[in-house]
Amino acid sequence: MNNLSVDHLTGIKDLSKEDIELIFKTADSFKDVINRPIKKVPSLRDITIANIFFENSTRTRLSFELAEKRLSADTVNFSAASSSVKKGETLIDTVNNILAMKVDMVVMRHPNPGAALFLSQKVNARVINAGDGTHEHPTQALLDAFSIRERLGTVEGKKVVIVGDILHSRVALSNIYCLQKLGAEVMVCGPTTLIPKYIGDLGVKVSHNLREALEWCDVANMLRIQLERQDIKYFPSLREYTMLFGLNKEILDGLSKEIIIMHPGPINRGVEISSDVADSSQSIILDQVENGVAVRMAVIYLLASKIER
Amino acid sequence: MEKQIILNPTHLDLTLKRLSHELIESHNDFSETVLIGLQPRGIHVVSRLKSSLEAILGKEIQCGNLDITFYRDDFRRREKAIIPSVTNIDFSIENKRVILVDDVLYTGRTIRSGLDALLTFGRPSKVELLVLIDRRFSRDLPIQPDYVGKTVDTLISERVSVEWKETEGEDKVVLFTKESNE
Repeated sequence: MNNLSVDHLTGIKDLSKEDIELIFKTADSFKDVINRPIKKVPSLRDITIANIFFENSTRTRLSFELAEKRLSADTVNFSAASSSVKKGETLIDTVNNILAMKVDMVVMRHPNPGAALFLSQKVNARVINAGDGTHEHPTQALLDAFSIRERLGTVEGKKVVIVGDILHSRVALSNIYCLQKLGAEVMVCGPTTLIPKYIGDLGVKVSHNLREALEWCDVANMLRIQLERQDIKYFPSLREYTMLFGLNKEILDGLSKEIIIMHPGPINRGVEISSDVADSSQSIILDQVENGVAVRMAVIYLLASKIER
Repeated sequence: MEKQIILNPTHLDLTLKRLSHELIESHNDFSETVLIGLQPRGIHVVSRLKSSLEAILGKEIQCGNLDITFYRDDFRRREKAIIPSVTNIDFSIENKRVILVDDVLYTGRTIRSGLDALLTFGRPSKVELLVLIDRRFSRDLPIQPDYVGKTVDTLISERVSVEWKETEGEDKVVLFTKESNE
């Protein structure tokens, strides 16, 4: 198999296991490319990609832009803050105006769940979801699983716990789909109020005890508390959250085995993860960032190969 | 499909030995020279040349594999994306004399991509081209080999396939011709 089964990447839910493995295999080659003296290949020199961000982002946006440039694609950037969206233009109109300038692919982050899927049905371009509200963030899940595969050799059979604000996290949902498709076991851990009521239906374990969850897992993915998405108080205070669900060196050293620590960023040091853990040798947080470029190159490359000339 | 053997195992072995000697003629002891095989099929030629050169010179020859997938000029002109193979060049090519190696030279487009891919690893002092089979008069680009195993005259409808003991069971070079009534 050497083509993706999908025309757009709106979520991990639509991908098959073979799709994910194809992306990883291609990403291996791109990881090799970005470690060469000349980190660039000419494959996409006739493709133009628009990065449309209706929500703030540093890492994802930079990572996508670097991936596009290292494939020699032309890029245009657009952020909602400085656009006509403020003047009342609709999403479809905004994107169609950009596409009228002959853009082949759109990378979009949007605060509303389903925005990427909606766009992929309405406009004539390949769409990559760079995060749609609390729904999915597929490239993050791919790079997380790619990083686990790189560190542990395989994802299959590994136990991964996702700790924190599961309710508001698109990273959590995409990770659950991705890890399960690759044959890993997933547990979510956090305060009762931040765990969705029916999450068990996805086939994940649920725990409210951090130490117990860490004792079970091979990999812990620590999520940030998304205060910007929380319209009500879900827990009494950040200090209390840190006491119960913050990962520090003392807990990590008290475990019976060595586990791997991941974080999708941005880190709130001293809240969900302490500095000494984030900077420890067990943490692969910066590997995740490096792999992000390679994985995004693979996704863009494989989707671009399906654009008709 | 009609099959015609261009090189049998004995002749292929002789040709590889002759190419090894030709290489030594112009590269002496290979102290500044490296062999780089183009993926996916050129790497077999390299591994044969490597063992034959090492047997003659009694020293290790630096060899690498180069994948050219991302440098091809037919991306999006094909039905399917091409899945890359492994690139494995674990030495510097800066100021080295590089011999690019492939099995069959046809349009020259692979070699063009290979040159682009190679130059991302540094600036070699010289690049030469060795091919086992040269299908002459069929080039799309102005590219000619420096070392040739065998030159053949072929039609566009024909296909040349180099087969190896490791992958196909026997060392030979075969010319496939479409039958005239097809």
